[in-house]
Amino acid sequence: MSGPAPEWGLAVAAALLALGLAGVLVRRNVIFILMSVEIMLNAGGLAAVAAGARWGQADGQILFVLVLALAAAEVSVGLGLILLLHRRFGTVDADRFSEMRG
Amino acid sequence: MDAAFFAASAIALAATVMAITRTDAVHALLYFIVSLLGVAVVFYTLGASFAAVLEVIIYAGAIVVLFVFVVMMLNLGREAAARERGWLRPAMWAGPSLLALLLFVEIVALLAAAAPSHAGIHAVEARQVGAALFGPYLLAVELASMLLLAGLVGAYHLGRDDRNDRDGRNSGRAGGHAPGRLP
Repeated sequence: MSGPAPEWGLAVAAALLALGLAGVLVRRNVIFILMSVEIMLNAGGLAAVAAGARWGQADGQILFVLVLALAAAEVSVGLGLILLLHRRFGTVDADRFSEMRG
Repeated sequence: MDAAFFAASAIALAATVMAITRTDAVHALLYFIVSLLGVAVVFYTLGASFAAVLEVIIYAGAIVVLFVFVVMMLNLGREAAARERGWLRPAMWAGPSLLALLLFVEIVALLAAAAPSHAGIHAVEARQVGAALFGPYLLAVELASMLLLAGLVGAYHLGRDDRNDRDGRNSGRAGGHAPGRLP
């Protein structure tokens, strides 16, 4: 019943954020890039909840709820953009979208 | 609680590593779901049961379903039946199922044990969160609703297929900047 669990929660959040960032940088499929962005947002929410658990305040979970709303709006618009890109270019490879022809 | 916390964290991190290294999007989504469930168990061990419930319902429930819909729509057409037959192989769902089973055993053990109590943890109940959310944070809730409305309108506008409704509604535009139009 001892041990600094909230601090370890921050460490797990940092590791998840690093994994999401690595996914954004490494992958070239836009679906994977969007999923990695979701992983990073989730890591941010985990950090907020861990901080709220450390101080016993509700503000951490409120920040997590707001991050959740942001993630929902972001993923809906992002997936709409992916559908549009797939319809227009016929691929979901991010390197193929490098040239914008008006 | 420490063992549960570290086990759930290890499962979440392992599932995330598997999710960002898969080549098939559906495999990655299965591991992504397991990662979100692991983070939900981490929330529970941190005393944030309300956040854990929201994580399962909204993240693993709603957002991942959007991903699955889009992946299915993009793979529409050729060799769809062969792909689905390939997805039903045990080698595909064994890994995520094993990790999810470990999480299930862990959450059952947690629920069978006493309430989460920890030296450095102060549990925050849903009542406190709701009171704060609709008290001092009311403006933030309203702004979040505006953001969700903007996301809804934007997703509808982007996802609309203009090739099918050329019935005069788009004729008034100058043309050229309507999304969905083929180049």
